[in-house]
Amino acid sequence: MAREELRTPVSRGRTVENPPADLTPTPGQTIGPFFGYANAHEEVGLPYRGGPELVSRAHPEASRLHGQVYDGAGDVIPDAMLEIWQADPQGRIPEETGSLNRDGYTFTGWGRQAVDRLGTYSFTTLEPGAPGQGHAPYFLMVIFARGLLNRLFTRVYLPDDEQALADDPLLASLPAERRRTMIATRLDDGSLHHDIRLQGDRETVFLAYPGIES
Amino acid sequence: MAVEDHAEKNLDEENFTAPTVTGPDAAADRQADINREVRQHQEQYRVSGARESQPRLDYAPYRSSVLRHPTKDPHHTDPELIELTSPAFGHRDVHDLESDLTVQGGGEPIGERIKIRGRVMDSAGRPVRNQLVEIWQANAAGRYIHKRDQHPAPLDPNFTGVGRCLTGDDGSYEFTTIKPGPYPWKNHRNAWRPAHVHFSLFGTDFTQRMITQMYFPGDPLFALDPIYQSIVDPKARERLVASYDHDVSEHEWLLGYTWDIVLGGSNRTWMEPEDEN
Repeated sequence: MAREELRTPVSRGRTVENPPADLTPTPGQTIGPFFGYANAHEEVGLPYRGGPELVSRAHPEASRLHGQVYDGAGDVIPDAMLEIWQADPQGRIPEETGSLNRDGYTFTGWGRQAVDRLGTYSFTTLEPGAPGQGHAPYFLMVIFARGLLNRLFTRVYLPDDEQALADDPLLASLPAERRRTMIATRLDDGSLHHDIRLQGDRETVFLAYPGIES
Repeated sequence: MAVEDHAEKNLDEENFTAPTVTGPDAAADRQADINREVRQHQEQYRVSGARESQPRLDYAPYRSSVLRHPTKDPHHTDPELIELTSPAFGHRDVHDLESDLTVQGGGEPIGERIKIRGRVMDSAGRPVRNQLVEIWQANAAGRYIHKRDQHPAPLDPNFTGVGRCLTGDDGSYEFTTIKPGPYPWKNHRNAWRPAHVHFSLFGTDFTQRMITQMYFPGDPLFALDPIYQSIVDPKARERLVASYDHDVSEHEWLLGYTWDIVLGGSNRTWMEPEDEN
C-alpha cells in the first residue's frame, strides 16, 4: 500500500543482512555521572546549547515547563538528564530535523537538558495540542540519571482541560493520588511546573510499553 | 541541611571531586561485600526461573541506585501517537567528521586506535535507518573531560571522547576512536569500572529510546563491577560486550570491534509488504 514518505526515521521492510540469531533487546545501563554539560561558555557530551529551548523565549506562544528531580530521600538529584518529545499546538507530530542545531524557527518537538546543581530543569517550548480525540495533551518525558540503571518514561499532562483529563484512558486507569504525579501545575506566571520523584510516597508514575522491557 | 549541601553530597558520593572521601558511608564497603551481594542476586535469579533481559533498577550493590529506583510497579500502557514516533535527525544536526573521535583535537590522541561498528535494528531485525547514535567515553588513561572527574589521570588535549553519527539505510553505524581505559570510582574501596563506551540510541518509536554501555571482550573487571552485574542474566550481560573483528581491523592502522544493537520491538505496524525496500 502506498504511504506518504515520512522524514521520521522508520524501520520497515527487509531485515538487515545476516541478522543475528539472537534478537533479544540489548540491555540498558545507567547514563553515569560524566554524560556532559552545556552552559554559556562550553558544551561537552550529550547536553548541548539550545537543547532545552525548543522555541525562542520571544516566541508569542512560548511556554515554560520546569521543575526538579528528587530521589527517595527527598533530596534533589543534580546529575539527571531529561528529554521531552511532543506534538505541536495543533496536535501534529513534528517530522523536521535540526533539534541539535536549531535554526530558531523550526519546531522539532524534541528537547534535552541536564538538570542543574539543584536538580532543576526548564524547557522553553510550545504547549502540545491533543494527540487524538479523547486524549488529553501531554509531553512525553524520558529520565536518565546516575544511579538509575535504565531510563524511565512518563507523561506530563497539561492541567487546564479537566474534561479531557477525566476522559483520558491512561489517566482514567490510575488511582487519583497516582494520577496527580503525571499532571503539571499551572503557576500564576503562566508556566507549567512539574516535579519528578524517582521514589517515595509521591513517586511519579513511570510507564511500561509492550515489547519494551524496563 | 541546606538544599545545596544535599546536592553536593549527591554529586560527590561516586566521583573523584575531592582528594578525600566525603560521606560517612562512601567507599566504606570492601569488594568482597559487593561480590557477596552480587552473588545473592545471581542466586536469587537462578532459582526464580524468570528471564530478565534488562538491568535491575533496584540493585543495591550499585550504591547510588538505592534512592534512585522506583519502588512501585511501572504502569503498563499501549503506546499511542507521539509514543509511536521519534524525532528526526539529519545532516543539519550531525557532521560526518563527528564519527571520528581521533580528529577532533589539534593532533593525534594518545592510545590504542580502534573502530567500532555495527547495526541498530529492532527486535524483528529490521534496520533503524537515518537515526542518531551518540557516544561518550573516557580517554586511554581512564579520564573523562568533565568538571566532576578529578581522578588523578591525565587529560588528553587531543581527545574529547564525544562522537555522533547517523545510521545508514542498513542501520549501520561506525566510530573511529581510542580504546578507553578503566577508571576508579567510589562505589566501594578499590572499585574500578571495566573499560566501556557509553551509547545513546533512538529507534523509530520514542519508547525505544535507550542509553547503555558497550564493553570490550575479556575484561577482568566484569565480575567485580556492580553496574555490569546489575544485568543478572549472564547471556543478557554478554549482549553488551563487543566482538573483536579482524575484518574490521586495518593494516598498520587500527583494531576493529563489531557490536550490534537491538532496540525493543517497534510497536508500529506498516501496511506494506515485508520485502519493500
